[in-house]
Amino acid sequence: MSVVEEISQDSNARTVESVVVRFAGDSGDGMQLTGTNFTEATAIYGNDLATFPDFPAEIRAPAGATFGVSAFQIYFGSEDVTTAGDDVDVLVAMNPAALITNLKDLVEGGLVIVDADAFTDKNMARAGYEKNPLEDGSLDRYRVLSIEITKRVLEAVKPYDLTHKFAVRCKNMWTLGLVMWLFERSRDAAIAGLESKFANRPEIRDANIAALNAGHAYGETTELPTGVQVYSVPRAEVPPGLYRNTTGTEALAFGLIAGSQLASVPLAFASYPITPASSLLHSLASHKEFDVMTFQAEDEIAAACAAIGASFAGALGVTSSSGPGIALKGEAIALAAATELPLVIVNTQRGGPSTGLPTKTEQSDLNQALFGRHADTSLPVIASCTSADCFDVAIEAVRIATKYRVPVMLLSDGYMANASEPWHVPDMGDYEPFPVAYETQPDGFSPANRDPETLARVWAKPGTPGLEHRIGGIEKSYETGDISYEPENHQKMTDVRKAKVDGIARDIPEQTVAMGDSSGKLAVVGWGSTFGAIHQAVKRCRREGMDVSHIHIRHLWPLPPNLASLLSGYDAVLVPEMNTGQLVKVLRAEFLIDAKPLNKVSGQPFKIREIVDAIKASLES
Amino acid sequence: MNAPAKLTIKDFETDQEVRWCPGCGDYAILKAVQKLMPELDVPKENFVFISGIGCSSRFPYYMETFGFHTIHGRAPAIASGVKLANPELDVWVITGDGDGLSIGGNHMMHVLRRNVDLQILLFNNEIYGLTKGQYSPTSKVGTRSPSTPDGSVDLPLSPCQFALGSGARFVARSIDTEMKHLTEMLTRAHDHRGASFVEIYQNCPVYNDGVFEAVKNKKNAPETRLVLEHGNPMRFGQNNDKGLMLDPRTLKLSVVTLGEDGVEEEDLLVHDETNKVIAQMLADLRGPDFPTPFGVLYNAPAPAYVADVYEQRIAVREKKGRADLNALLRSGQTWTVE
Repeated sequence: MSVVEEISQDSNARTVESVVVRFAGDSGDGMQLTGTNFTEATAIYGNDLATFPDFPAEIRAPAGATFGVSAFQIYFGSEDVTTAGDDVDVLVAMNPAALITNLKDLVEGGLVIVDADAFTDKNMARAGYEKNPLEDGSLDRYRVLSIEITKRVLEAVKPYDLTHKFAVRCKNMWTLGLVMWLFERSRDAAIAGLESKFANRPEIRDANIAALNAGHAYGETTELPTGVQVYSVPRAEVPPGLYRNTTGTEALAFGLIAGSQLASVPLAFASYPITPASSLLHSLASHKEFDVMTFQAEDEIAAACAAIGASFAGALGVTSSSGPGIALKGEAIALAAATELPLVIVNTQRGGPSTGLPTKTEQSDLNQALFGRHADTSLPVIASCTSADCFDVAIEAVRIATKYRVPVMLLSDGYMANASEPWHVPDMGDYEPFPVAYETQPDGFSPANRDPETLARVWAKPGTPGLEHRIGGIEKSYETGDISYEPENHQKMTDVRKAKVDGIARDIPEQTVAMGDSSGKLAVVGWGSTFGAIHQAVKRCRREGMDVSHIHIRHLWPLPPNLASLLSGYDAVLVPEMNTGQLVKVLRAEFLIDAKPLNKVSGQPFKIREIVDAIKASLES
Repeated sequence: MNAPAKLTIKDFETDQEVRWCPGCGDYAILKAVQKLMPELDVPKENFVFISGIGCSSRFPYYMETFGFHTIHGRAPAIASGVKLANPELDVWVITGDGDGLSIGGNHMMHVLRRNVDLQILLFNNEIYGLTKGQYSPTSKVGTRSPSTPDGSVDLPLSPCQFALGSGARFVARSIDTEMKHLTEMLTRAHDHRGASFVEIYQNCPVYNDGVFEAVKNKKNAPETRLVLEHGNPMRFGQNNDKGLMLDPRTLKLSVVTLGEDGVEEEDLLVHDETNKVIAQMLADLRGPDFPTPFGVLYNAPAPAYVADVYEQRIAVREKKGRADLNALLRSGQTWTVE
């Protein structure tokens, strides 16, 4: 349901079930900030929502360039919202480049708001327009609200005596004010945000607030073209409680802190800057009040190694990167596996290979996570599915790493990392602690000692009297921990490392069905951030009476033990992935089932429609 | 608690069979380190030896302390993590010319720059031993090896120059078989708070035998070694009648003989450990025209990284107050759904 298919209309506002709004402009236009502010107001209003920030790799591309367009999309509504939406209902385009690159996603009849002042000959030529699209009839299929925004902003902020550069920068707040009027959002949070952000720059603070209010007043007082009016989006029914917005990065940082508290182990986070993973380092670096140590290493390898060193010394080492950086860490990760030390590796995936699409999303590092190391180096792999889910997945990664003393790979992605969604704030009192047990007794101590149940090797940290011992990457005797090149011993050690990781399957939740029945015609099996799109697609298809279920896998290795029997209950299995088919091959290889892939590798998340179409095609075949 | 019995060298020997080649210089270094340990005022359980890959990197297996034999070139990074997690530990990095200056050169540079409080012992034998004799980044031009059968053509680097260039605050050089001098250098390195870099000339009897013969040979030593002592004029020679003089116009060092051309002791350069310019000149000296300097080339302590990190953390905690995760989760913009 979109703004062009309103469900009722009273005298003042049209009521719609859900809306997709996209703000697009130059990367310097402040579109991400505008989107974030609008998201906050929308969450406070009570809609469910999901967002999709989509920005270029260039920090400040030349003004007006199509490759410099930065966009922020928000999908909000009165029903559960799990994706940022397929098609755009309202497009805010701050310049011709933003219009030309985003118009294709606007629904027919959708509303487009443009800054007429930005449609200069130069900007239009740079964007590739031969004629002015505001005048040549090419926008006739849409409702166009063309406003001289720059001019109005300059008027609104005139009393504050800003330089032209700073005055023009208030454009985004003016636009935000207009869109807030359009959807009846409160400006209070945005104003509070400006007040704190520019506390030391009163003239900039006041100018931005004036621009925001002026945009809102413009909507209220100006006679707008037919069909442009206030939309009412009813509040969503969500469980009662306290909520906040969170990005995946924030939730992941909080989750790592929570995990370290539940494990009673200090957190040592070592990382090297890489898009889109750096923000996790930033986030943790600002929480030194917790038992958190952060270290910006000289490179990816050093980051992984410093984390391993910290684990050896009794902390929980965590390292983080994106695909190419994880590749560099591979040798060190295998050292952690060989020496059986805890380690969490966070991979915020991006488009690849190589530098690929640093700011775009993909889930193409599953193969690397599962197989991307030398030798037999199996390790547990888990993936988060939404921004908020990053919190619980981080706790689970810490639990497995500290309990089994293994490196654990946590897969997130650029979409989840940056997108925000409302989060029912958890209470730490609801979580069961899992404190680590360091060895302290010299009697009978050997670095080769293992827990008979988990097979975890003893964790004896330096500084503990009587436990002096050596570990290293050379194969060790199963009995003594001394160097051993014995053939039988290597077989045994390889077996025990594998058995330890395989055994984690007994300690993870059974695979459940996210939506639908536990057997039937079709199971759509996903992992990671495709959750939202699959969820909506399956919901739509089930509403139409189709026999289709959604299974979402969090523990990608080891797989839940009941997954094989669960999948065998369906006639067909469809696996949508933002890669060329990685999980689908694992399922085929492990379970000998004829799972079918649905792949998309464009740097953009799946649209719900794309999965609905695939479900229909699968059920018809 | 009773005062623990004084530890001896035996307390630092492991039951592992030492597997270096007969005659390897590593044996002597191992002995010197094991002998030094009981003299340092450190609880035994706080010693940690961390190494990379190569002959020298087997070292931790032979020390009855906590030890970690890691991966090629990465010991400085792993040691940094150990120290960050527990600053109380007394961490020693054992590396070689290939491990520390080739594959691990980047980590070496940054651990020195950051001034992480570690003792870094770089065993320099100017060759790759464990991979069977290829030339290393410190091999002299013309070194014949399996990978350079016609002689190497690329210029070597000076480990001490590298360390100084990376910002090291303590740089010393010694010789594997000079137990007394080596022990003194290790003690000085241990006393220095921050990253302490000690280059140890170490003979590889299998792949590069005698490469340091000119300075190691006791008979030649007085002529080929310049033993540095802070505050003393730089004198050497069979009759202790030679010295180094600095030409203030060209900033060049020259070897002079006392009593010749009117040269007196007051004309000689006096060693100043805190003077980086002198340290850099010394790090570059080599035979046959000059003696090779041994001793502390540079010692100018600066704030150590890990200590500063912890201080910063304490300051943040004082400012922010008690850490409460539930409160953090509830901070910022929140709303309640009834």
